[in-house]
Amino acid sequence: MSRAEAPPAGAAQHPAPTVGALWTLGLFRSELLVTFRRWRTLALLAVLAAVPVVVGLAVRIETRDGGSIGGGAEGGPAFISQVTNNGLFLVFTSLAATLPFFLPMTVGVVAGDAVAGEAGAGTLRYLLVAPAGRTRLLAAKFTAVLAFCLVATLTVAVFALVTGALLFPTGEVTLLSGTSVSFGEGLARALAIALAVAVSLVGLAALGLFVSTLTDSGVAAMAATVGLLITVQILNAIPQLEAVQPFLFPHHWLSFADLLRDPVYWDGIVKNLGLQAAYTAVFASAAWARFSTRDVTV
Amino acid sequence: MAQIRPNNSRRKAVRYGVPVAVAGVAAATVGLVPALASSGDPDLPKISAEELVTKMAKADVDHLSGTVRISTDLGLPSLPGGSGGGVHGPGAQGEDGSSAAPDASPANKLAELASGEHTLRFAADGPDKQRVSVLEDAAEYSVIHNGRDLWAYDSAADAAWHSTAPEGARGHGKKSGGEGRAPAAPTPQEAAKRALDAVGKSASVSVDGTAKIAGRDAYQLVLRPKDAPDTTVGAIRIAVDADKGVPLRFTLEPKQGGKPVVDVAYTKIDFGRPDAGGFDFTPPKGTKVTEGKPQAGEARAHRSPAGLPDLSGLEVVNKSAGDWNKVAKFDTGMQGGLGDGKTGGEAGQLLDRFTDKAEGDFGTGRVFTTRLVNALITDDGEVYVGAVTKDGLVKAADRDARR
Repeated sequence: MSRAEAPPAGAAQHPAPTVGALWTLGLFRSELLVTFRRWRTLALLAVLAAVPVVVGLAVRIETRDGGSIGGGAEGGPAFISQVTNNGLFLVFTSLAATLPFFLPMTVGVVAGDAVAGEAGAGTLRYLLVAPAGRTRLLAAKFTAVLAFCLVATLTVAVFALVTGALLFPTGEVTLLSGTSVSFGEGLARALAIALAVAVSLVGLAALGLFVSTLTDSGVAAMAATVGLLITVQILNAIPQLEAVQPFLFPHHWLSFADLLRDPVYWDGIVKNLGLQAAYTAVFASAAWARFSTRDVTV
Repeated sequence: MAQIRPNNSRRKAVRYGVPVAVAGVAAATVGLVPALASSGDPDLPKISAEELVTKMAKADVDHLSGTVRISTDLGLPSLPGGSGGGVHGPGAQGEDGSSAAPDASPANKLAELASGEHTLRFAADGPDKQRVSVLEDAAEYSVIHNGRDLWAYDSAADAAWHSTAPEGARGHGKKSGGEGRAPAAPTPQEAAKRALDAVGKSASVSVDGTAKIAGRDAYQLVLRPKDAPDTTVGAIRIAVDADKGVPLRFTLEPKQGGKPVVDVAYTKIDFGRPDAGGFDFTPPKGTKVTEGKPQAGEARAHRSPAGLPDLSGLEVVNKSAGDWNKVAKFDTGMQGGLGDGKTGGEAGQLLDRFTDKAEGDFGTGRVFTTRLVNALITDDGEVYVGAVTKDGLVKAADRDARR
């Protein structure tokens, strides 16, 4: 794609297309390493990993003497009452508990920092001197953020699965509709749910990347992205704003639970995918328009 | 250094045009797709109202699964912290007003359906196997009928409710609705059947064009009240599948206009045999199971699907009136009624806000209005309820007082 928009002066120096593909791969790999070797990223993942462990221990301690979770159906994250019967439900509970704020906050930090952080540290101009092209650099950045979305979600899911399997019985899974499926199918559904949650975060990732191209301060971009997330989540909870809520990116986030129905209820999931695709298209292209035309002076 | 300063302003404008265009396309898709999907009522051969009603009565569909969307808007005032309860009118409170501890029994759940919007999934495989699921956020409430067993499972509370039909009552689905809708399924079929049973004879029935519901061609049957000046019902619309004769959508419009009070419609329907596994239910380990009494459970579950007030068991005061003008009465035994609004400070103010004063030969009282059902609570503690206007209620109460 970047061949089509070769910059006027740099065109002659561009390497051959095969080398270009290797370049992209190398660029993506180095972005991935930069993201995941950061102490900050590892700390974020550690916090995410702690959530299911804490939730699992709390449920275990509270139900030690055979009691049920206090409050019954009300209060607490979704699925928490099923956790004691089947450890696999800890995966769903943890994802439901982290999805509103924890998970997207970490994504907001990583996405917000992607470009602005480099600009703030003064390393962006050196990245641009390399003959990779701005579009390709941005694509590599975005891919690294998407990889983080997936890794963050899987971190929660895997730690929840291990904690759940250690603390609670496992076995046949009773779906929300009351029908039972084998543990294997339950695991497959859990994986599908983790993917659905990861995809739910893509719209926010694109939004964060766009914010990140607007400023030279990494902290400002992170704060703006996370602030936007919180604002939108609040708007999403005000009943009077019912008319605009279907267009807010977190509106269908909890639709991942529909994968636990029998048969699977696709309406909400499809709406969520469409919404994330729209946000990604709009904000990724806005980030591209901004990044490929802006002056990089620092 | 072209990499670091690649821009000129025209190019910049062009590039910023891309996200704007993408946003435009997305907005257009959101706006146009539903418009395109709902446009174009199907062209169907003409059919008379009688033929359509017969077709509907003859419809015999054993296998069916689908998604039903129910929205009910009675226009109840929202009380602070209230959940819009009491939709069934005072009649329901007498019946299960004491159900403080919610269990997983269907009666509690189906009452919730009578206000707001809900999505249900419905599947039937012959008269012995049906299931209804209420889809909630990250939870589901299912009622599963399989042979003699009637199960209800509430995934949010991880609680189950069970009742068994008495020996010899095999297929008790048959007894309760002809088509075997045992768990009181609030489907368009059930609503249409009840409406036709209740008012079919005193309504002007006509066919009003066609519609596309859940991707299927349907005729629109319209029932309008005949000789009923006091009724609050404007019209009842039933969309009947052109091929199968199954009602696909049921709406009840109030006379005062606006959005339907009750709107029950399939958003998806499939006449194939549903997956057999969906009718088997074994309570998961650790789930608390409440055993219910089959008769009581069933009777309550059948109370009023689709939020149609079921006034059976109450005394109808104006038996001579047409079906639409019927007013029911019961005695709360509460002398003084609701009071006059001056006595009770804040309570009195609330009373003034939600009710109107009324007086007539019966004495004085207060009228509680919704978009469909109105209730007159007299100071003697008697309650008159009906889908009639305030004047209609007062007239009925006067006639009753003179009796």
